[in-house]
Amino acid sequence: MILEAEGLTVRYAATARPALDGVSCRVRASELVAVAGPNGSGKTTLVRALSGLVQPERGVVRVQARPLAEWGRSELARVLAVVPQREEIVFPLRVDEAVMLGRYARLGSLAAPGPVDRAAVRSALERCDADTLAARSIDSLSGGEWQRVRLARALAQEPAVLVLDEPTASLDVRHEMELLELIRRLVDQGLAGLVITHELNLAARYADRILLLSEGRVVAEGPPREVLVETTLSRVFEWPVAVTTWCDGSPQVVPLRPGERLS
Amino acid sequence: MRAALFLLPVAVGLCLLAGLAAGTVPLSPAEVWHGLWRANTSASVIVRDLRAPRVLLAFFVGGSLAVCGAALQAMIRNPLAEPYLLGLSGGAGLGAVIAIATRATGPWAVPVAAFLGALAAVALVYRLSLVAGRRLDPRVLLLSGVVVGTFAGALMSAIMVLSPAAGIRNAFLWLLGGFGSASWQSLGVFLAYAVVPLGVLGLSARSLDLLALGEEPAHHLGADVNRTRRIVYLCTALLTAASVATCGIIGFVGLVVPHAVRTVARPLHRSLLPLVFVVGGSFLVLSDVVARTVVRPLELPVGVITALVGVPLFALLLRRTLA
Repeated sequence: MILEAEGLTVRYAATARPALDGVSCRVRASELVAVAGPNGSGKTTLVRALSGLVQPERGVVRVQARPLAEWGRSELARVLAVVPQREEIVFPLRVDEAVMLGRYARLGSLAAPGPVDRAAVRSALERCDADTLAARSIDSLSGGEWQRVRLARALAQEPAVLVLDEPTASLDVRHEMELLELIRRLVDQGLAGLVITHELNLAARYADRILLLSEGRVVAEGPPREVLVETTLSRVFEWPVAVTTWCDGSPQVVPLRPGERLS
Repeated sequence: MRAALFLLPVAVGLCLLAGLAAGTVPLSPAEVWHGLWRANTSASVIVRDLRAPRVLLAFFVGGSLAVCGAALQAMIRNPLAEPYLLGLSGGAGLGAVIAIATRATGPWAVPVAAFLGALAAVALVYRLSLVAGRRLDPRVLLLSGVVVGTFAGALMSAIMVLSPAAGIRNAFLWLLGGFGSASWQSLGVFLAYAVVPLGVLGLSARSLDLLALGEEPAHHLGADVNRTRRIVYLCTALLTAASVATCGIIGFVGLVVPHAVRTVARPLHRSLLPLVFVVGGSFLVLSDVVARTVVRPLELPVGVITALVGVPLFALLLRRTLA
């Protein structure tokens, strides 16, 4: 088990309803887990708790069977790479410089990047199909290119687990599919992957398991066909949906218009 | 880039030479050279005892303030951050004025009081900007800095008007910023306070690169965000305090120099910080040359020059970056 959380409860203010309420999840090597749920269901908080950005009130996160609290900052960054949802650019770096930041956890404060680091950056850029962007400034990139560069930066960390928070939000169909194909390929090569997404239909086709959150709790967990069920989804998203099957056997969710019903 | 690496030391050397040559008694480069190496001439007294410590102090103070600006800008991810605008200078000035008013003078006591003042200002600015919301907003932080700086300035004025302590009247002139009282001793005091924080900031260059991305990406890439923040606050408070205690409040160096350097150099701090240091140092040496030659035999406070040069330059940079 590479990444696991047990009974995580996170509360941002002492009086508020917990953002996460007893959530458990597991990700193994070569497994892609999708986390879905309505807005405000705790998906991003789960990422923040899994990476140590917020302290859970109760529960524990383990990375490679070791509790998160025992990991040093840079030590953890060598195993767990997280691509957060948004990232604003204030000081524009070059693409290769930005990806080299992924090596910092391995460089320490003094050592200059060596051939190993440069090779890791090159390979990360190639795998993300971003090697032609290397000399560009990151503030000149399109949304899809910037996402690929941020993924390359995470790969330059050479992690065992990759966590992505809505990686394909604001990407068009082609860039979305390219990115998901890439993530699936990386997972098939041995990475453990956790992806937060609103795209239920793509989650059904790419993920091995889906974790469905609602109001900070796990509502359903398992292979896509067990989780993407009409009654569950209609209740969680508070909107009637129908579930059909695509030719590859994966369940596909169709939100219904008022008065509509699947024949 | 190669040419720039060669030209930079030459340019810095020329700035230092100009600093040694210019003044009430103008000296030729040859006179400066002889004054440096031959003792007991009139030139050697001017060059060695008066101008050399002054030029070196201006260089190190300018470099330190510019490095503070660069580090603060990366940390709060706002190119407007600098010791002056964040209230650090005001806090340090207030600490120093209180020390003088309570007659706790001496070359070592004033910097300590300035440091405590700067730390108090940091804490207050930080606290004020947290009131606005749960997460630290750089814009609120800057606003709080300006407010705290102004408040400290008002307290300073009140103390200076009311205090009976001898020397408090000079504090007014000293606060405007200047190297008129520079000596080998004040240079020594400044360096004693500045060397460690400069080194620590230099070692934090990688963490600053990460912090410039924002708290969340920095954390994920392995930076200890809170530790780095504490280090930057402490080091910039120390450097600002040492600068304010030895030569008063000098604004805009920390703002303009990192900006200018970023337009030509890569924004990675391992190369940016040393560059910012030498350019900031040279800028303040030249500002000091202007300050003591433009209305000879009078001297203008160097803070006036840095503001007069810095503000238009800043406006120009702002237009260029926005265009």
